[in-house]
Amino acid sequence: MSHSTADTRTPADTPAPASGPSGTRRAPQPSTSGPRRGPDLTHWLFLLPTLIAFTLAIALPAVMGIFFSFTNSVGYGDWDFVGLANYRLMLTDPAILWSFGFTLGFAAVTVVVTNIIAFLLAVGLTSQIRARITMRTIFVIPMVVSPIIIAFVFQFLFARSLPAAAQTVGFGPLESSILADADLAWVSIVIVTAWQAIPGTMLIYIAGLVAIPDDVYEASALDGASPWKQLLKITVPLMSGYILINVILTFKNFLNAYDIIVGLTDGGPGTATRSVAMTIFSGFTDGDYAYQMATATIFFLITLAIALIQLRLMRRKEK
Amino acid sequence: MSTQEITSIKASRTRRRYNLPLTVVLALCTLTVLVPLFVTVSMAFKSGAQAVQGEAFTLPNPLSIEGFIEAWRLTDFPVSFGISVFVSAIAVAGAVLISSMAAYAIHANWERRFFKFAFFYILAAMFLPFPVLALSQIKLTGMVGLDTPLGVGILHIMFHLGFNVLLLTTFLRNMPHELEEAARIDGASTWQTFWRVIFPVLAPMSATVGIFAFLFSWNDFMMPSMIISDPSLQTLPVVNQLFQSQFSSNYHVSFASYLMALAPSILVFVFTQRWVLSGVTQGAVKS
Repeated sequence: MSHSTADTRTPADTPAPASGPSGTRRAPQPSTSGPRRGPDLTHWLFLLPTLIAFTLAIALPAVMGIFFSFTNSVGYGDWDFVGLANYRLMLTDPAILWSFGFTLGFAAVTVVVTNIIAFLLAVGLTSQIRARITMRTIFVIPMVVSPIIIAFVFQFLFARSLPAAAQTVGFGPLESSILADADLAWVSIVIVTAWQAIPGTMLIYIAGLVAIPDDVYEASALDGASPWKQLLKITVPLMSGYILINVILTFKNFLNAYDIIVGLTDGGPGTATRSVAMTIFSGFTDGDYAYQMATATIFFLITLAIALIQLRLMRRKEK
Repeated sequence: MSTQEITSIKASRTRRRYNLPLTVVLALCTLTVLVPLFVTVSMAFKSGAQAVQGEAFTLPNPLSIEGFIEAWRLTDFPVSFGISVFVSAIAVAGAVLISSMAAYAIHANWERRFFKFAFFYILAAMFLPFPVLALSQIKLTGMVGLDTPLGVGILHIMFHLGFNVLLLTTFLRNMPHELEEAARIDGASTWQTFWRVIFPVLAPMSATVGIFAFLFSWNDFMMPSMIISDPSLQTLPVVNQLFQSQFSSNYHVSFASYLMALAPSILVFVFTQRWVLSGVTQGAVKS
């Protein structure tokens, strides 16, 4: 799978049929004489408008956000510099601290759940099984569906079907909806988030697994190692690089949790499942622009720290 | 090795060819994916009277398209569908064209400081999640009148620019130089070289980039819900959220509405699987 560039190339080597009569027309002018590799106008044309749009759409809001986090702006009108006041306030605001704690905790649990299941599925799908391609297709579907819509479907299942099933078998703890239970609602978010994140993670593991040469297993099979022992002693160590990538990628994604939570609990009950993204967005409706920009800045620093760890680890792996 | 041994190895291989217990276990695991999808389809085709009971695992009896008719009317489906298509089309066209043009310019001028700087500048955005930028972007898009589907389409392009440029420049770096040189010797301008050589060569990568741009854009809730200020111009995922209270316990209506929003991305995936599957792998290696 890691060589997939080779097999995806096939449909493309029928180049665009643009080579009509114009193809035979020779450029009459001697074109730009001298060194040909200089950036001509077209290169600038290809890059500059994009660069300007990018600056306005991404870089400017980023700088603006950090700038306003040191002010008392409510999003419009006059404002003053307030130094670190927003940050100081934020670090003692139980609602914000809770949302950071919730998001980090939820992300950590979901990383573990997602990676263990994805790894096992990848091992299963690269074994000698029937209907492998069909099953792989089915397992990948959650990756391509809208998170909020699928969260609505699960919301129905958690709120209606699960309690109904629990009542039929007489299992007390689940007879009322877990979405309405402040101590359990997060479990539903972990389940749906993992459900959606498993396919992508699994595909990366599959790419790693198919790259392990068969003779590694053949040797240990001759030594009489059981499949479980092979998995733990051979597969997992050989896959450590992929495990590292996946853990970081999933953790980074889960920190942005929003869509699925909106669909399942909308941050509730109360504020029990309010993620950092939800807290930041509340600055839009509550007129806390500057204050929530401080939250966003801290959030950005956490994301950045993870990204830097990722780069450091990947570089070490390359060496 | 004696013939006996060979046959026994062969026999064990054919016996091990399919691991039946594992196949059964995995098939059972697919239920975790199939059941929610089954519930969605079956609820959508129930009559109002049956759907209101809220039973997830019963089959529709009688089969009814009441839910679809009602959802179509209630959510003004053609409008929100059209807006979703519009936003996704911009995101896909932008991802394919703008990213490959930028990637080509950067690739062709790699030894120039400005272009190299532009590369890392664009790449840095990969570390900026939307929640961090959202409030400022709401302000800015509102100021310039881009608090619209068009604005969301543009933001979708810009958010993935870094990742796409990274994928495409890596691809170009592995492209044989002769292709471009040959076009140059023929006297082709940069513009012609791009369209006749670079763009076709990039096609497989662009396919992956485009499909992911579609899937992301079609499914996104966070950005349109924040950026688009007029609720009547919202995309399908947001419309489904806005109508939650009106769906109430008319589950046939809500699920018909969910199904109409889910189906396009599932269909696109089924028909473009190999690009999706290879895309994930390449993405992981690069990012």
